[in-house]
Amino acid sequence: MSEAGTTGRRWHDMGGDAAGPVPGDEHDFALWEKRVDALMILASGAGHFTVDGLRRALEDMGEAAFEEMSYYERWIAAVNQNLLEGGVYSIEELGRKMAEVQARGDSYGTVQDG
Amino acid sequence: MPHDHHHHEGTSPSGHPYRADQDGPLTYWQAMEVAVRELLVEKGVVTADQVQRQIEAMDARSPADGAAFVARTWTDPDFAALARRDATAACREMGFDPGTMRLIAVENDEGTHNVVVCTLCSCYPRNLLGLPPDWYKSREYRSRTVREPRAVLREFGLDLPEGTTVRVHDSTADMRYVVIPRRPDGTDGWEADLLAALVTRDSMIGTGVARVPS
Amino acid sequence: MVDLAPGATVRVAAMMPPGHVRTPAYLRGKVGEVERILGPFGNPERLAYGLEAERLPLARVRFTMREVWGAGAERPDDTLDAEIYAHWLEPA
Repeated sequence: MSEAGTTGRRWHDMGGDAAGPVPGDEHDFALWEKRVDALMILASGAGHFTVDGLRRALEDMGEAAFEEMSYYERWIAAVNQNLLEGGVYSIEELGRKMAEVQARGDSYGTVQDG
Repeated sequence: MPHDHHHHEGTSPSGHPYRADQDGPLTYWQAMEVAVRELLVEKGVVTADQVQRQIEAMDARSPADGAAFVARTWTDPDFAALARRDATAACREMGFDPGTMRLIAVENDEGTHNVVVCTLCSCYPRNLLGLPPDWYKSREYRSRTVREPRAVLREFGLDLPEGTTVRVHDSTADMRYVVIPRRPDGTDGWEADLLAALVTRDSMIGTGVARVPS
Repeated sequence: MVDLAPGATVRVAAMMPPGHVRTPAYLRGKVGEVERILGPFGNPERLAYGLEAERLPLARVRFTMREVWGAGAERPDDTLDAEIYAHWLEPA
C-alpha cells in the first residue's frame, strides 16, 4: 500500500524524503509553456480560481503525473480543471475546440488561429 | 478554417522561422493550451493582447532584477533597512512590480547562511527573479534541502565553514523569499552597478554565494 | 487560544487529514518558536476548493534541525523556518 494509504501523507509532501543528486540541467521555456504560465496568471487574476485551486488540482493528479508529464503539461491540465469547475466553459466546448485545433495541423506552429 | 500551409519550408505563415518548440508533432497538452486560450478569449476572460503582454512582462524579469535589489542593499543603508522591514515595498521602490508576491529578504552574515526551498510545490520569488530553474522544482531539491542542506549545498559547490549556521526556509504559504548574500571582500567603494554583476541567481536562492571579484 | 507572539513556543498539530493542506508532514507534531506573525491570509484549505475563506494569522515558525530530525540531524543547531497557519498551531 502507498504511504498515503497507511499514514495519510500525500505524494507531493516530499520534504525530508531520501532522493538522489539534484539534477543540474536547465532549459528555457517554449512559447506554449509561457502561454500556459500567462493563462494561469490572467485567469486567476480575473478571479476564476486561486493559486491554491491550481495546487489542489496538481496534487490530485497524483504522483504518476508528476513523474510522466512536464511541468507546464501539468499546469495546463490543472488550469483547465479549475476553469471547468468554475463553469467558465463546458467539457463539451473544450472537447469541440480541441478537436478543431487538432484538425488545423500537425505542429503547434500550424494550429494557431490568426 | 485551417491555415494555408503552402508557405516556404521552415517558415511560419508570417515568414518567420518556427521556434524549435513549434516544429514537433502537436501534443495533446499543447492542443489543450490553444483550446483553453481561445475559449478564454471567446468568453471575454482574457484578450490575446493581454496574454502577449503577460509573456513579455514575465520574460523581462530575470535574476538581474534581484541582483540590482541586492546591490542596493549593499550600498544604501536606508534601502537595506526597508528591505529587512518590508521587502515587497523595497521591490516596488526599485521599480519592480511585485504583483501579488509578498517578499521576505533573509540576509546572510559572517555566521549565517540562508537557503530557500518549497517542499510542497515550487514557490519562487518569480516577480523578482523570473521563473525558477528546473532543479528548484525537482523532487531531489524539494525532498533533501530541508533534511541535509549542507550536502545539497556541497553539490552546488558550496562547502560552508564549520562555524556557519544554516537557516533553511521552506516557502510553505503566502510569502516568497530572496536571500541577500554577503557582500564580497575587496569591493569597498564599488558602485551598485558593478556590485550587481557579482550577484548570481543561485546566491539569491542560497545555493551559491556572490562572486568574488577577480 | 494559542499565543502567537514572536518568541512564543508552539507545536504544530499532528493530524493527518486528506485534502489541500500547506503544513508539511515532516513538521507535524514538532515544536518551534514563532519568528514573526504575518497576514491575515485566506485559509488555503477553503480557497483550494473555490469556497469563501476566513482570514487567518500566519506564523513563521523556526524549528531546530534537532527538533525536526532528531539527534541524527545533519547539523542539529541549523534551523528550519516555515509558515504555518494559526489553526495548525497549539500551545507547547
